[in-house]
Amino acid sequence: MTEPTSTASQLDLDESNKTYLDANELILNMGPQHPATHGVLRVILKLDGEKVLGLECVIGYLHRGVEKIAENRTYTMFNPYVDRMDYVAAVSNGLGYCEAVEKLLNIEAPDRANYVRVILTELNRIASHQLWLGTHALDIGAMTPLFYTFRDREEILKIFEKYCGARLTTHAFRIGGCQYETYEGFEKDVKKFVAFVAPKIDEYEELLTTNRIWVERTKNVGVISAKDCIGLGVTGPVLRASGVKWDLRKKQPYAAYSKFDFEIPTGQNGDTYDRYLVRMAEMRQSLRIIQQAVDSIPEGPIMAKVPKVMKPPVGEIYHSIEAPKGELGYFIVSDGSTQPYRIRVRPPSFVNLQALDLMCRGQLIADVIAVIGTLDIVLGEVDR
Amino acid sequence: MPSFITDYLQKAGQTTPGQYGSPFWALVYILLVFAGVSLAVVCMNWLERKILAHMQVRLGPMRVGPHGLLQPIADALKLILKEDIIPEGADTFVFWLAPMIILLAVFSVYCVVPFGPAHAITDMNIGILFMLGVSSLGVLGIVMAGWASNSHYPLIGALRSSAQMVSYEVAMGLAVVSAVMMTSLDADGTGTLSMIGIVEAQYAQHTWFIFKFFPLGLIAFFIFAVAMVAETNRAPFDLPEAESELTAGFHTEYSGLRWSLFMLGEYAAMIAVSSIAVTLWLGGWMRPFPNLLNGPTWDLAFSLFPALTFFGLAALTFYSTARMPKHSYFRIQTFGLGAFGAVFVLIGVILLLPAVRGRIQDVYWFILKIAVFMYLYIWYRGTFPRYRFDQLMKVGWKILLPMGIGVLMLTGLAGLRTEVWHFTVRSAGEVWDVFRQLVHI
Repeated sequence: MTEPTSTASQLDLDESNKTYLDANELILNMGPQHPATHGVLRVILKLDGEKVLGLECVIGYLHRGVEKIAENRTYTMFNPYVDRMDYVAAVSNGLGYCEAVEKLLNIEAPDRANYVRVILTELNRIASHQLWLGTHALDIGAMTPLFYTFRDREEILKIFEKYCGARLTTHAFRIGGCQYETYEGFEKDVKKFVAFVAPKIDEYEELLTTNRIWVERTKNVGVISAKDCIGLGVTGPVLRASGVKWDLRKKQPYAAYSKFDFEIPTGQNGDTYDRYLVRMAEMRQSLRIIQQAVDSIPEGPIMAKVPKVMKPPVGEIYHSIEAPKGELGYFIVSDGSTQPYRIRVRPPSFVNLQALDLMCRGQLIADVIAVIGTLDIVLGEVDR
Repeated sequence: MPSFITDYLQKAGQTTPGQYGSPFWALVYILLVFAGVSLAVVCMNWLERKILAHMQVRLGPMRVGPHGLLQPIADALKLILKEDIIPEGADTFVFWLAPMIILLAVFSVYCVVPFGPAHAITDMNIGILFMLGVSSLGVLGIVMAGWASNSHYPLIGALRSSAQMVSYEVAMGLAVVSAVMMTSLDADGTGTLSMIGIVEAQYAQHTWFIFKFFPLGLIAFFIFAVAMVAETNRAPFDLPEAESELTAGFHTEYSGLRWSLFMLGEYAAMIAVSSIAVTLWLGGWMRPFPNLLNGPTWDLAFSLFPALTFFGLAALTFYSTARMPKHSYFRIQTFGLGAFGAVFVLIGVILLLPAVRGRIQDVYWFILKIAVFMYLYIWYRGTFPRYRFDQLMKVGWKILLPMGIGVLMLTGLAGLRTEVWHFTVRSAGEVWDVFRQLVHI
């Protein structure tokens, strides 16, 4: 945790040569207990009236040492822990980890497992975006979309619950495939959901897309250029809204993504409104992928042949996937034992959060809230 | 009975106790209004939560009493019993005084609210001025609350609030002036600032001011309707208490009873500004079409409305009672809801009595019109995102204010229309003639 004193020095607060007339700066501590910082993010704002001169994020309030825990667990035992990082997109976390270990072990998940993985991951992407939309709108003051999105997200969670018994931290995948065969009526449920949620997305858009206040609050707010995005390593919808057509599902396809036809929605301005539009379009693309996957899901085994005791060869691997929030990467070093020597996670939320200062400078307090919302961070993943 | 009680009773129905000069009856009216407004705030609390909940695909309070009907009481009890925290470093006296000032300012406004031609505490010849003046004193309480809390969030909230309320009062004032100007178009040619006088002017001119000089009255009303939402710090202008930014704005540090006083003040202020809007533009206590549909038959028909409303509410309640789950766990709740319906029936029957019927009518129509505004407030809250501070200022100064000035000038011109209009038409005709001749040559 950063000490407050060092924080002050970084924000040029302790300059002794300041006169009384310069004393128009206000230091405002936002969080960690604050309704709109999405968990336990603490932001120290330097304000001139309502204008933000600079800010600093203080993180680590939710640090659980997930990466360190991995060094004392076997590969299989660590699998459920990754669900606790980005808990609103637990399925994606599990997919990234399982695929990384599979790469290390040189096994391939069977086709059917890959299809199930795609379906569940895309469902999870929609759920994550729905949660983002609801909380983002609530931050900007529109209460109602939150309840609409949670109502519809429930249907996804029901499918998860039926599939693996858990709703949030699903632990849906195993190294080498999926543990469970799909339940009876899984495909029907998924198809029903796709038909159900498509008009609901239109409904959210109806509430917000052309709403004057919504547009005013989001257009030209938190603008970030493509160059800055790439410089900071920002990925996911934030990068795409700045006009960069970068999606790991297309650029380095994993699971079964190469078999599906979908588009990468992009924006031009890199502002909050474009990020909103990109995510809304992504939900629709996800529906397209799910529809295709569920229509063409192959028969066959759901689990590959995996040794009972996993001892990957000495070596290291980096594998990344396109999580709902951006590039989620796992760097695993194996020393040939049953436990990883080191696991390093590249969390999209943590990297994207670094852009907050850049995006908020010169904006108002209300925009800070909007930008935190639009970055779509999950503190469990930032702090790990 | 002493004469100071009976004297006014003989005059009741013709004048307000304030004008008649009866301190006793003025006090009775004050108590009635205070109790009535407090009750309305309690009802509003429940209704807002229920209506908002149903807009947001949820049920709202359902546990305390049937359909959560006792929830406001439970909340009030909780707030009263809660620990009263005064933060360390706060200015204790100012901290204590701030909610009082807000309440004082809000409830003083009700002195001149005309619930009927004689149903007001008093009638002042500067009524509307008094209302605007006193209601804007509330901002003082907010600033004091923000300052005394000795904390950043309340301070920013208070600053926002004061800037917002001051800005919107300008547009609000201009809209009010245009309505007041319309009162001077009476047959006798003198305008009035008296709240009762304004309603009577609408009666005399055979139109609500919202429809006067269409669309000028409507625009003025629209300006007022927007400004009054901003004035009461409600969504989408609820920046002073924007929870996502400032946790709770100026009352962040307040808890328990003091906090509930702020809430009481806020809701009472909503009713107060709505009553201004109703008085100025929607014909105050008048029933629909008092000139067109007059005569004993219509009088009788309209006087049945209050009772019918309560019978309708009772029917709704009984319908809900019939739909209650039949499980024995719900027996008390079902019984309670039935009793609630019975109370509605009883009130309806009382309102049917001829003696009550005649007196309650004006109040009924007035409250009904206010209820429409209250519903609008809830609807806004369920629909709109929140404005940002600079956008709020832009709406106030760059849109509403020019609109207000424009409406004011056009209203003035329209008021002079008889002479000016004819003059303009005649001159235009002459100019046209000259122009035509010129062209022909």
